[in-house]
Amino acid sequence: MAEPLLRLDSLRKHYGGLAVTDGVSLDVLPGEIHAVIGPNGAGKTTLIHEITGVVAPDEGRVVFAGQDVTRFSLPRRVRAGLARTFQITSVVAGFTALANVALAVQARSGSSFRFFRPAATERALNETAMQALAEVGLADRAGVPAGALSHGEKRALELAIALATQPRLLLLDEPLAGAGPEETERLVALLTRLKSAYTILLVEHDMQAVFALADRVSVLVYGRVIATGSVAEIRSSAKVRAAYLGEDEA
Amino acid sequence: MLREAWLPLVVLVALGVAPLLGFGGSYETTLMARAMILGMAAVSLSFLVGGAGLVSLGHAASVGVGAYAVAILDAHGVTEATLVLPAAIGAAALFSLLTGAIAIRTSGVHFIMITLAFGQMAFFTASSLAAYGGDDGYTLYSRTELLGTRLLENRLAFHYICLGLLAASWGGCAMLLASRFGRVLRAARENPQRVEAVGLAPYPFRLLGYMLAGAMGGLAGVLLANATEFVSPATLSWQRSGELLFMVILGGAGRLWGAILGALAFVLLETWLAQQMLHWKLVFGPLLVLAVIFLRGGLSGLVARHHG
Repeated sequence: MAEPLLRLDSLRKHYGGLAVTDGVSLDVLPGEIHAVIGPNGAGKTTLIHEITGVVAPDEGRVVFAGQDVTRFSLPRRVRAGLARTFQITSVVAGFTALANVALAVQARSGSSFRFFRPAATERALNETAMQALAEVGLADRAGVPAGALSHGEKRALELAIALATQPRLLLLDEPLAGAGPEETERLVALLTRLKSAYTILLVEHDMQAVFALADRVSVLVYGRVIATGSVAEIRSSAKVRAAYLGEDEA
Repeated sequence: MLREAWLPLVVLVALGVAPLLGFGGSYETTLMARAMILGMAAVSLSFLVGGAGLVSLGHAASVGVGAYAVAILDAHGVTEATLVLPAAIGAAALFSLLTGAIAIRTSGVHFIMITLAFGQMAFFTASSLAAYGGDDGYTLYSRTELLGTRLLENRLAFHYICLGLLAASWGGCAMLLASRFGRVLRAARENPQRVEAVGLAPYPFRLLGYMLAGAMGGLAGVLLANATEFVSPATLSWQRSGELLFMVILGGAGRLWGAILGALAFVLLETWLAQQMLHWKLVFGPLLVLAVIFLRGGLSGLVARHHG
């Protein structure tokens, strides 16, 4: 079996007496889409914070590409190749779509402590940014201020920004949250296209999307991973049904 | 957009030809020099406020540090610009670096209050410098000399030096904001989380921006000390910081050159009103309030709308 790209090793985080993540261990293998699902309050958000470095776990380790990144800040993790998108869309509203992506490109290519040349005229930055925009189908919206894009377009833009950081792993935090049926369809198609090129850890509420996209699924309930397996295994697991799917299928 | 780029040039050209069009007297040039120097300080503050989103209420402190550097060196017989300028700018940059290192860890109201606090510390430090006049301030023996010449004593030369440095400050700040460095600052103003998520920590960018603005404030301080040949703690008072912030807002915080307009308008209005009546501040204050309420985007926004 291949060495996992991301390994969570017994992550624990307590808030007062409440164990929000209670010994979470999980592997993401190179090339796979690994989905994390779980009912509200299962600890998904805290888990994401621990993976991205917003919250430090009380115990346990986050190992990324063979390197212990548990104490790394968010920017440092991103530079190591761990890109993320946000549950609530996070773009620079006043920048054009192109400038949003170019910011990510410049973070990756050379120093950002450059003071003389206008960044908007750097062709290498703009060309790479355009490629990322094209990858998510936003090439013709490059000049539009990000704040003026539709919700679905903003989600796609956020993906383009994440891609522009040249990630080894994409952590997608509910990429379909707030999207209408049509937008969801388009975003799922987009994620399906990205699937072949990237390793993805997907945290998502939309079961249909998860089952359509994921190679493996981990189920998080009350801060613990109660099951990990293929989509078929998870669907047929009695334990998962009892803890989670039952709610939806009842 | 292209036309808008000409507007600040019109202002600078107007300042350039004013002495040749009958405004070359001592009174007028003194007034314009004051406006241009405060304009420089305001432009560097606008770089912080409108560019980096760092609303400092202590910017006068860096101006004051630059001015006091002139006074202190003057008291020790050093008046050569090639020594005074680096010392003054360096001192202001260092002051901003040290205070910024702490202040930039905070944000929003906390940042405003902590910059105010550092400004007041500088104010009281200046007040206690008995050797350099303390509360009463310090009168320079002479203006700063440039390579041994008394160029700065010449009214017109001083006017054009102020104008040149004002233009350079504006151009320098505009260049910084357009650069990669400035792009990070502007992005972090709107959405620091986004900047972190592309792999950049905003802190070092903000700190460097804060230091550069402080250095420019220090340069303005050198000119201010020379313009009045006098330095006092009032130079670093929080009221002065407030006035600078006001110039930025009056001119429009979204445009760097707005700060130049803001400073010009502020100084001219203040001077004119003071000639008209005794209690001019009673009119000045409400006028400023009205300007903030009704001039969205400031004076520069107003001008840009009419020409755009």
